[in-house]
Amino acid sequence: MLRVFLAVLRRELLLVWRERVDVLVTLAFFVIVTGLFPFGVGAGAGQLRAIAPGVLWVAALLSVLLSLHRLFERDFAEGTLEQLLLSPEPAVLWVLAKMVAFWLAAGLPVVVAAPVLALAFDLDPAGLPVLAAALALGTPSLALVGALGAALTLGLRGGGMLLALIVLPLFVPVLIFGAGAVEAEISGVGARAHLLLLGGILAAALALAPPACVAALRMVND
Amino acid sequence: MQWESWAAFWSMGGKGFYVWGSYGVTAALIVLELVWVFRQRRQTVARLRRGGWASGRIDGGEAR
Amino acid sequence: MLAGRLAPWCAGLAAVLAALGLWLGFFVAPADAVQGEVYRVIFIHVPAAWMSMFIYLLMAFWSAVGLVMNTRMSFLLARALAPTGAMFCFVALWTGALWGRPTWGAYWAWDARLTLQLLLLFLYFGFIALTRAIAEPNRADRAGALIALVGAVNVPVIYFSVQWWSTLHQGASVSFSRAPSMAATMLAGMLTMALAAWAYSVAVVLWRVRPMILVRERHADWVVRLLAEERV
Repeated sequence: MLRVFLAVLRRELLLVWRERVDVLVTLAFFVIVTGLFPFGVGAGAGQLRAIAPGVLWVAALLSVLLSLHRLFERDFAEGTLEQLLLSPEPAVLWVLAKMVAFWLAAGLPVVVAAPVLALAFDLDPAGLPVLAAALALGTPSLALVGALGAALTLGLRGGGMLLALIVLPLFVPVLIFGAGAVEAEISGVGARAHLLLLGGILAAALALAPPACVAALRMVND
Repeated sequence: MQWESWAAFWSMGGKGFYVWGSYGVTAALIVLELVWVFRQRRQTVARLRRGGWASGRIDGGEAR
Repeated sequence: MLAGRLAPWCAGLAAVLAALGLWLGFFVAPADAVQGEVYRVIFIHVPAAWMSMFIYLLMAFWSAVGLVMNTRMSFLLARALAPTGAMFCFVALWTGALWGRPTWGAYWAWDARLTLQLLLLFLYFGFIALTRAIAEPNRADRAGALIALVGAVNVPVIYFSVQWWSTLHQGASVSFSRAPSMAATMLAGMLTMALAAWAYSVAVVLWRVRPMILVRERHADWVVRLLAEERV
């Protein structure tokens, strides 16, 4: 079982490495979206500090969203997906491996970059570790739920917009607790409750999203 | 009865815009939905009579 | 077919109930002590909000039935329910905004209940858009059912998170307590309108699902016969 998981994970990571530009593009997108807000809102330090957690979270969410199409598209076009679904190995395993690889490529860079960008927003340094922790707990949930959306909209005309419409309402809880964690930490309440809730969401997503995703992929090939 | 005159009824204590705006839009939406449903139904039946959705082929022309 | 015969009765019932409810609401129920006459929006607002949530639950229920029992009929029902649910959801938001302006002073507030209703509307839109975007009926049915279920599972989570969020962010400027004491006639009017909304939904959904069934079952004998007899 673990062997299958690791084999798929290795293959996916190799593919990510071959197209490492994509990772950089995701990162650049994250930085640019974040960088747009001071132009729109105004660069007063107090103002920026107040909106920083929310801005970084929304930008992270959009970065994940816009990378989602990469998740299954290539395998779908090449027919690999069909073969994987027909293979005797449990499909949940390789779907999970793909999700993990996807998060490593699209989520992790954002987690690492966010605290640095937060400094540019003059965020209280006390909030930085919590920001990273919240993103580290929250973005995998986004990737898991997003993967389900990607599977449902796979191969559809205008799938990108549709994907956003389906997935964004489901992202709201993660956004609330994620951005709330940073604010709670800075205001002195402490982020424990928020982080626990994010962890809870992640656990639930981890349990429910892969099988649902497999079901959605089977619909495509039926 | 609650109302002294029709004018009082329509003005709703000066808040007529909000009350009738609510009821008006709701009524309009219900009428629109009904029109839409019946048009759909007529078109579907007409198309089926013409032999639309040719046999065997699934072209996605669902009754929408 | 039963659906075809039932629908007009439901529609008639809806019309009668709506007339009764409106009469109760506008001519029997007294003006509210605090809000005056504006509160009369409640007779469509609350039933619409109830219906929008209930229809989503029904959609999720039929989706689950469809996925588990593999019955095509339940998928069609779920798909026929969605537009009516979205309509009621929009009505609830619209009337809420028009009611909110004179009573709270704002068309919109980022209150938990309002935000949830808005997200519910997006869930409806997502379902409708997805089922319409997929050309193969089988995949459309199943994908829609899956997303309806995912949405239903998420609604409590969304509600909890939004509640949490609004208690943190909301200023105390607006009090969202409902009308303090409802006169019996107000309640009667509201419940009658809720029943009218029910009957209306049943009628419209039946009317909408019928042509969908005809298309799916177009090779079945009874459909061919029905079409030939010009009785549709």
